[in-house]
Amino acid sequence: MNLLARRKLTNRVALTLSLSAMAFGLFWLAWILWTVLELGISGLSLTLFTEMTPPPGADVGGLANAIAGSLIMVVLATLLGTPIGILAGVYLAEYGRNHWLGSTTRFINDLLLSAPSIVIGLFVYAVVVAQTGKFSAWSGVLALALIVLPVVVRTTENMLQLIPNTLREAAFALGAPKSVVISKVTLRAARAGVLTGVLLAVARIAGETAPLLFTALSNQFWSLNLNEPMANLPVTIFKFAMSPFTNWQELAWAGVFLITMGVLVLNIIARVFLRAEKVN
Amino acid sequence: MRTTGFKSSASMKFGDRLFGTLAKSFAWLTLILLAGIILALVYASWPSIQAFGIGFLFSDAWNPPMEDFGGLIPIYGTLVTSVIALLIAVPVSFGIALFLTEMAPAWLRRPLGTAIELLAAIPSIVYGMWGLLVFAPIFAKYIQPGLQSSIGHVPVIGKLFAGAPLGIGLLAAGIILAIMIIPYIASVMRDVFEVTPPMLKESAYGVGCTTWEVMWGVVLPYTKTGVIGGVMLGLGRALGETMAVTFVIGNTNFLDSASLFAPGNSITSALANEFAEADPGLHTAALMELGLILFVITLVVLVVSKLLLMRLARGEGTKS
Repeated sequence: MNLLARRKLTNRVALTLSLSAMAFGLFWLAWILWTVLELGISGLSLTLFTEMTPPPGADVGGLANAIAGSLIMVVLATLLGTPIGILAGVYLAEYGRNHWLGSTTRFINDLLLSAPSIVIGLFVYAVVVAQTGKFSAWSGVLALALIVLPVVVRTTENMLQLIPNTLREAAFALGAPKSVVISKVTLRAARAGVLTGVLLAVARIAGETAPLLFTALSNQFWSLNLNEPMANLPVTIFKFAMSPFTNWQELAWAGVFLITMGVLVLNIIARVFLRAEKVN
Repeated sequence: MRTTGFKSSASMKFGDRLFGTLAKSFAWLTLILLAGIILALVYASWPSIQAFGIGFLFSDAWNPPMEDFGGLIPIYGTLVTSVIALLIAVPVSFGIALFLTEMAPAWLRRPLGTAIELLAAIPSIVYGMWGLLVFAPIFAKYIQPGLQSSIGHVPVIGKLFAGAPLGIGLLAAGIILAIMIIPYIASVMRDVFEVTPPMLKESAYGVGCTTWEVMWGVVLPYTKTGVIGGVMLGLGRALGETMAVTFVIGNTNFLDSASLFAPGNSITSALANEFAEADPGLHTAALMELGLILFVITLVVLVVSKLLLMRLARGEGTKS
C-alpha cells in the first residue's frame, strides 16, 4: 500500500470512529429517555398528585406530599440563592474585575460549581442539623441554595461581561451613580442571560438527591412545616426504587418521569430563551 | 429646590455605597463558603482523625459495632470507578468533539451538541434507577459473559473480569459514570477545538493534510492544555458523583479479588447509604472523614483542571 492510500485509510477509520462515538453518545440518551417515557407514563395517573406516598405493602398511593415538598424546597432555595448569587456576580463583573478579591472569588466559585453535591449535604448537616439536633426542610433548602449560588454567580458574571462598555460609559456620562448604572442599565441588558442561569440552577437542584439525604431527609406524610423533615421527590425515588415492592417501583418511575421532563423542559426553555435574545 | 436636591443626592450616595458593599460582601461569602466547608468537615471528622490517624487511608476495616473504621475500600471504589469512566469517556468525547467541529454539517452541529449536553442535564438519580433496573440485567446477561469469554482468558487482564456476572459492581458503575461525564469532557473539548485559529487549520489543509492529520497534528497539540483541563473536569465530576454510583456499585465493604465484576463501595455511596442512620460519635465522624477525603481529592483535581484551562485562555490572548 502506498503512503497516500494509507493516509486516506487512516483518515477514513478515524472519521468512522468519530461518527460512532457520536452515535454512542446519542444511543445512551435515547435509551434512557425511552425507558423513562415507557415506564414513567404507565405509572402516571391522577392519584399520583392527590394521594400520599404509601406505606410498604399498600397497593394504592401517590406522590402528592413528595411533589409538594420538592416544589416548596426548590422555590425557597432559588429565592434564597438567586439574589445573593446575582449580587456576587455583579461584584465580579462590575467592581472586582482587576482586584484580587474578584479573581480569587471567580476561581473559588468555579471550584464550588463542580464540587460534589454530597459534600454540601455533609456541610449543612455539620453546621445546621448536628447543631439543632434534627433534620428539617430548612436545612434542605439551605443545601440546595448553596448549589444554586455558584451557578447563578457564574452566569451573571459571564452575561455582564458581554455588555459593551460603551453602554456603561453612556450611563455614567448622564451622571448616574454606579448602583443605578448596574441595576437600570447593565443588569437590565443582561437579564435574559441571568434568567437563563437561574433556570439552569433550578433544573440542577430539581433532581439533586445527595444533599437532601442528610438534611431534609424524607417524610411519609403531608407536612408543610419547614422545621420538620419534608418529603421530596428525589429521596422518595431513591427509597422506592431500591425497594422490592412493585407498587413502590412504579411510583418511583412515575417520579423519575416527572423530574426528567421538568428538567429537560427547563433546559430547553433556557436555551431557546438565550438564543432568541442573542438574535435580537 | 437646592436642599431637596442635596438630600436626594446624599441618599443616592448612601444607596450606592450600600449596593457596592452588599455585592462585595456576597463575593466574600462565596469565598468564605469554601473555607467553611473544609473547616466544618475537619471539625466534624476530628474524632475519627484522632482515633485512626493516617492509618484510616490504608485500613479496610468497616465495623460500626466495634467502632473500627478505615477508608480503603470506599477510596479504592471511588478511584477505580473514576478511572474506568475516564478510559471510556475520554476517547468517546474526543470522537464527539471531532465530529462536532470538523465533520458534522453546520445545520446539524447545534442540535447534536445540545443533545449531548442534555445527557448532563438528566439528574443522576435517573441514571441510577435506569442503571440498576434496566442496564444492569442486560449487562449481566449479554456483555459480562461476552467479556469473560473473550478477554477473560488473557493471563493478567483476565483476572479483572473474573467472577459471577452480577450486572451491578465496579465495572457497571464505571460505565454509567462514563456516560455521565462524556458531555462535560466533550463540550470542553469542542470549545477548545473551536479556539484553534482557522489559519493554522487552513494552512495544514492547504498542504494536503487529511482531516485526521489536521486534528491529530495541529488542533490537538495546539489545545492540549485545554483538553487535559476538560478531562480533569470530567474526573472531578466522576469522583463526586453520588446517586448513580450508589444504585449500581453493590454496596459491600468486602473486597477480596481484583475483579471489576465484584460489587464494591465508593465514598459517595457509603455516605448516601449509611450517613443518615449512622450512630453519632465515631461512625458519623468516620463518614465525615471520608467526605473530607473526597472533597480534598476533588478540589485538587479541579484546581489542576482550572489552571490548565486558564493557561490555554491566556495563551490564546497573547497569540492572536
